[in-house]
Amino acid sequence: MVDSIAVQPYIHNQEMNYQEKQLNISLPKPVSNADSRTYWDGARERKLLIRRCNSCGVLHFMPRFICPSCWSEDLEWIESKGAGAVYSFTVIHRAPTPVFAQHTPYVTAMIELDEGPRIVANILGDNALSVKIGNRVSVTFEDRGDGDLIPQFERVTN
Amino acid sequence: MMKQASLKNKVAIVGVGESDIGRVPHMTGLGLNAQAAKRALDDAGMNVSDIDGVLTAYSFTEPYFMLGSVICEYLGLKPRYNASMVVGGASPAAMLKHAAEAIVAGQAETILVCAGENRATGVTRDAAVAALAVVGHPYFEQPYGTSIPGFYAMIANRHMHVYGTTREQMAQVAVQTRKHALLHPNAHMKTALTQEQVLNAKPIADPLGMFDCCLISDAGGAFIVTSAERARDLKSSPVYLQGIGEYHTHEHLLCAPSLSEFGVTESGRIAYEMAGLGPKDIDVAELYDCFTIVPIIELEELGFCERGEGGAFFAEGHAAIGGTLPVNTHGGMLSHAHAGAAGGLFGILEAVRQLRGGLGERQVQGAEVAIVHNEGGVLSSHCTAILSSMKG
Repeated sequence: MVDSIAVQPYIHNQEMNYQEKQLNISLPKPVSNADSRTYWDGARERKLLIRRCNSCGVLHFMPRFICPSCWSEDLEWIESKGAGAVYSFTVIHRAPTPVFAQHTPYVTAMIELDEGPRIVANILGDNALSVKIGNRVSVTFEDRGDGDLIPQFERVTN
Repeated sequence: MMKQASLKNKVAIVGVGESDIGRVPHMTGLGLNAQAAKRALDDAGMNVSDIDGVLTAYSFTEPYFMLGSVICEYLGLKPRYNASMVVGGASPAAMLKHAAEAIVAGQAETILVCAGENRATGVTRDAAVAALAVVGHPYFEQPYGTSIPGFYAMIANRHMHVYGTTREQMAQVAVQTRKHALLHPNAHMKTALTQEQVLNAKPIADPLGMFDCCLISDAGGAFIVTSAERARDLKSSPVYLQGIGEYHTHEHLLCAPSLSEFGVTESGRIAYEMAGLGPKDIDVAELYDCFTIVPIIELEELGFCERGEGGAFFAEGHAAIGGTLPVNTHGGMLSHAHAGAAGGLFGILEAVRQLRGGLGERQVQGAEVAIVHNEGGVLSSHCTAILSSMKG
């Protein structure tokens, strides 16, 4: 009896703390490194930046130190128009972590930009869950706190 | 392009073993590896002192830095050849290839290949799901709440869009392989599964429901590879490596060249060329099946049917034992077991057993040539192996 009295408030407090933590957990912030700093700095200014190789002309997403097509180091950043089409997507019901579990169901998609490269992002907006392959989308920027913005996409209603 | 050196008829698998499978809370992941290794060695009729090489993969539940050395230490082995391979689910077949290369090059004569984890009881289900989320790109996928089922769901949706594959066809992959698992005495799943159950299961990542996803098991598997010469003197009937090929196209789905064409075609082409065989020569196929869409794609890319016909191949019963090409006769990762790199390794063990014969109801009649495909990541890394009970 003494044990249960002693233990119960402790468990209760643990649960409260856990729930409070859940509510306070925000979606992950972007992590920039030497390859991607310009990309994430661009996102903070609502620009979607992709890389172009000045040697072979190929565009690529996922910033790298060298061109994955010809290994040239002569790369530049260009601003994507942010328009594209849904190449594929899924509606996630079972989230990988508790942070995302708060937001299920949500759409994760692969977007093919009009410039060519593909990018993974969420489809946001009221009509996200009825998205289909081929739907036109445009970039938007989601606030992840402290001025950090990450590229996301919304369906374009024609 | 250079022609790869042939490994045909140079080595044989002479022993196979699997641990207790399912929920095995009284054993560690290392213990499961050890039990499987001991059973494989007994099966080969060899002694511990015969092992001079060891290959293993990786473990999420016991994430040692040098897992290969840790396995050897645990087993009391001091090999002259040892490595941990990390090409995800492709690791077991890739380990078979590396074992063959080492034996042919005279670097070792008898190599133990093992893998396994206690994923069912060694960690919570949430922790297992969260650990696997790291397969997503840390900076360009994970911030969007991606998951492994989610990546494969995007592949499934693309396959449905391009080729017209249906959810019902994918469900039949789960239903058919469950029937096979019921014929395997050590399979994790023990009860029948209907198409309705698959279609009405808890949704995970559309279009994949819970039964479209592989199991989370405690399981370890092992096999012994030795030279064809050494294999002649052993008690077990050797199963010879006829052809084997690897191909690697990306790691993160973000960088996949396509979501409807993958590297299976090329790893298969290399294996067929080395073996001097083609799809029509294959009697049984053990294909990687982490999700129901995957063996459909593999059947198509390995040339057993045209693109877009893989779903119908299952739905029409061709992949059943007794069908034109029985697939995943042990139940696969959907119904036999999945525990990290052990998942695909069980396909190799089953191919060996089918080629030896005598499996009763589970036996593919007259099976002489088997194909195994392992893939890792998100259809990123591939290895295809062709095995035969006879020297071709």
